[in-house]
Amino acid sequence: MASTDGHSGTEKHSPLEQFEISPFIHFETSIGDLAFTNSSLTMVITVIAIILFLTLTVNTRSIIPSRMQIMSEMSYNFIAQLLNDTVGDQGKKYFPFVFAIFMFVLIGNMVGMIPYSFTFTSHIIVTFALAAVVFIGVTVLGFMKHGLHFFSFFIVPGLPWYMLPILIPIEVISYLARPISLSVRLFANMLAGHTLLKVFAGFVLPLGIIGVVPLAFIVALTGLEILIAFLQAYVFAILTCLYINDAIHLH
Amino acid sequence: MELEAAKVIGAGLAVIGVIGSGIGMGTVFASFITAVGRNPAARDEVFTMTMLGFALVEAIALFALVIALVILFG
Repeated sequence: MASTDGHSGTEKHSPLEQFEISPFIHFETSIGDLAFTNSSLTMVITVIAIILFLTLTVNTRSIIPSRMQIMSEMSYNFIAQLLNDTVGDQGKKYFPFVFAIFMFVLIGNMVGMIPYSFTFTSHIIVTFALAAVVFIGVTVLGFMKHGLHFFSFFIVPGLPWYMLPILIPIEVISYLARPISLSVRLFANMLAGHTLLKVFAGFVLPLGIIGVVPLAFIVALTGLEILIAFLQAYVFAILTCLYINDAIHLH
Repeated sequence: MELEAAKVIGAGLAVIGVIGSGIGMGTVFASFITAVGRNPAARDEVFTMTMLGFALVEAIALFALVIALVILFG
């Protein structure tokens, strides 16, 4: 990866340097080096944070909840409401799946907003693995619910028969594009946002006293990034709900 | 040297795609304002959908940006 040439003084820093993966512990196996990297460390921290947040806040179980208890109950209720609105009553049993994905992406994005930490959602392989789990799971669910009748999902109802040869390939392609669009959306948002922050951070010192202007912009941008971090987790969750709805109800 | 110049020009051209996203984002928020103007009571409900539309439209701009970054640094 080439570094940008010299708008900083002595050292050269690329805005993409923050996404570099550095291994901490090496595990040499026959299929390659399964190293424990800073990406894996952030994921472990994220999962521990979610577990601590969701257990410690509700273990008092008071009738008049504390602020932290309201927060975890709100996040639970948020996804329960989302599933109820999109899928309906049949969606209740998929709640743990959607909630786990939502919390993992949300806390992962938020941990990435801490300075000098690492954003694992800014790597396509992580988001694609998540999207592939959703895609394969939803397809298997559709076949389990409807059997081979699931293929009627690709036939748009209420159209004349001579349109079908054109529309079926389009529907199949758009179905197969789901994991790609789902993963690239999250990855691109995180990558672009963090790169933008670093690019503007590079303007602050060289500009001298006028550097206050990009600094103020960075502060505003950090607020926007936190909004985006939440919004992308929400979009990931709502699209998962919509896909589950498609698999259960077929149109 | 020519390769470097071509990379920079290509990255610049790739970012043209952001125009479409800009138009789309304008449409999303214009529709939001129209909807709230007609029915202020529906504000909260429309706002969540606007945010969803905003995120989806913004993602399209970022696809172009990622292509530009890949050309520039990849």
